[in-house]
Amino acid sequence: MHVPRFEKIWIGISLATMAAFFIVLVTLAIASDVNPPSTDGLTIDPAKVSQTPPFDKPGLHQIGPRLYEAYYVGQVFQWSPNEITIPAGSTVRFFVTSVDVVHGFSIPDANVNAEIMPGWVSEVEHTFARPGDYLIICNQYCGAGHANMYAHVKVTP
Amino acid sequence: MIVRENRLILAHVWVALGAMFVGTAFGLLQVYSRAGAHVTQFFDYYRLLTAHGVLLAIVFTTFFICAIATYATYSTIPRVDRPLWIGWTAWTIMLAGTLMAAVEILAGNATVLYTFYAPLKASPWFYLGATLLVAGSWLVMADILVQMHAFKKANPGKKVPLPSFISAVTFVMWFIATLGVAGEMLLLIPWAFGWTSGIDVHLTRLLFWYFGHPLVYFWIMGAYIIWYTVLPQMLEIPVWSDSLTRLTFLLLLPLSCPVGIHHELMDPGISPVWKILQVGLTLAVVLPSLMTAFALFATFENAAAQKGKTGFIGIVGALPWSNPAFCGIALAMILFIFGGFGGIVNASYSMDILVHNTMWVVGHFHITVGGPVALTFLAVSYVMIPKLTGRRLMTPRMALAQVFGYFVGMSIMSIGMHVEGLLGAPRRTATLDYGGSSTLAASWEAWAILAAIGGTIVIANIILYAFCLASCAGIQSRGETSFGFAQAQNPEESPWWLNRIDLWAAACIVLVVLAYAGPIWQHFHEGPIYLAPGYRTW
Repeated sequence: MHVPRFEKIWIGISLATMAAFFIVLVTLAIASDVNPPSTDGLTIDPAKVSQTPPFDKPGLHQIGPRLYEAYYVGQVFQWSPNEITIPAGSTVRFFVTSVDVVHGFSIPDANVNAEIMPGWVSEVEHTFARPGDYLIICNQYCGAGHANMYAHVKVTP
Repeated sequence: MIVRENRLILAHVWVALGAMFVGTAFGLLQVYSRAGAHVTQFFDYYRLLTAHGVLLAIVFTTFFICAIATYATYSTIPRVDRPLWIGWTAWTIMLAGTLMAAVEILAGNATVLYTFYAPLKASPWFYLGATLLVAGSWLVMADILVQMHAFKKANPGKKVPLPSFISAVTFVMWFIATLGVAGEMLLLIPWAFGWTSGIDVHLTRLLFWYFGHPLVYFWIMGAYIIWYTVLPQMLEIPVWSDSLTRLTFLLLLPLSCPVGIHHELMDPGISPVWKILQVGLTLAVVLPSLMTAFALFATFENAAAQKGKTGFIGIVGALPWSNPAFCGIALAMILFIFGGFGGIVNASYSMDILVHNTMWVVGHFHITVGGPVALTFLAVSYVMIPKLTGRRLMTPRMALAQVFGYFVGMSIMSIGMHVEGLLGAPRRTATLDYGGSSTLAASWEAWAILAAIGGTIVIANIILYAFCLASCAGIQSRGETSFGFAQAQNPEESPWWLNRIDLWAAACIVLVVLAYAGPIWQHFHEGPIYLAPGYRTW
């Protein structure tokens, strides 16, 4: 099989591009811990969410200076809690689960985006540097009222 | 080719186009709804979105690829008294399944979108219909393999003609991929009938995306068959390289299936290690994609050289831009370049969080399947349908305007959708006002309106397409149209391992086992085997 020289060079470029992309991603993942929300083994019985602490009382818990944990429950078609308020510069660890269908927990203004599956708890963290009103939406189709499923994070100065 | 074979190919084309016309019309309502036109009081957004996705992404594409692959095979493996019962059985089963699923969707019993994520629970007849569509397409594969076998028996030692070979590779890939969705259906159907009490949500998602990404490559391979073999025929030159073409398709076999988890990067219950492994395998598709780009530019260069033209301007000037079929395919390729760039963002592990489930993804697949693939199919139908029916296209200029208009409309719509997505606008959402409670959400509207403008241009050009096609129906349009599948000048030069689908299929299965053993083990080892009851939330 005869392979023209330009084709060999081009295939070389293709392979190098591919390798470069992959090396960047793996380096970021290992060195800077840039990983998508994956939560190994953090599980819950969807039928017993309302009796399982801390999801029996969804809401915000301060665990340190400017450090919070927020427990959210998704249920057609609302997020609980509906609104939380934190000061600017706070880091919030969101723990989110669903009692019914698959939802999507997303804060479009922040790097918060996770699929919420009944049976699992998704964990995602974000530091809110700027004050403002952040919209939380459901970004996975969950039924007729999907577009009305939203909540707010109020970040005070 | 004799008429009775043409009838089978045309039967596939008509179903594909019927699904395309209905599906795109629904799409128009969706872009208006998102742009704030308050139209959802008149129709059920999610029901029509389900129909749009199923009719275009599954029915239109699958039937059209069945047509093109069958045509490529039949026309390059000549046979007297070819048995057509396999092909007709396949078509009948596929059509029955399509109708069954379509009725359930339009009746509002399957508003689960084309991904039908459990525990949303559709009517069992919807799942059964989708299963029949897929199972019917397996018989199309069987038909192609039977023809190939007949060729090998009659021509010992000779290579299977290139168009038949790449059609067979496409369908073998499709078969391995659809085993995933068939497995998912074995869980969903008994559950939907009420024979089992719960569904394993996580497992159904793994199985769906095992199928969901190769589905994308199935569309692309359908377009590639046309780019690699029909395009040279239009340019009156042979295929540029027999071995490169075979290698591209064979590479897509192992690289198609073990990559589905890059659609589940934001899912819980899958360890980052398995995710990044499949991201690596996903990126490997750069190789066959860039090889294709190389081969196509080489094809253009050869076509120009035939006319004594060289250099960039010479080559571009020598191409038959006034031919709507060629022009449509060339425009489709331009869209695919941008589609490819966006795809790398989606698959890039850490960047996906910015765009996952946003309108960006919708913008992306409208300039991949909605642009390159659909425009290639529409453009090629301007020569393929007249050829099959013994007619000529009477409105070549209007058809030229049509492919340009479609290209422009799809580009505008896609730009609107991509920007919407970068600003965070969610996909699969009927309205974007969120009770007027967010200035961010208000900023999406302008881009949603741009998408609606693009969508309107697309629809106008779909109507124009129907008009151009109808122009072939009159008596005065009877005549000959040039269409066919080109082959390389020296196919015997390519090595033996490029003529063995079985070895590459085996490689595919090995990679699938390597890529999925971890996630499946993790699912059963540490995941809760939670069985969800099923919900009808629409």
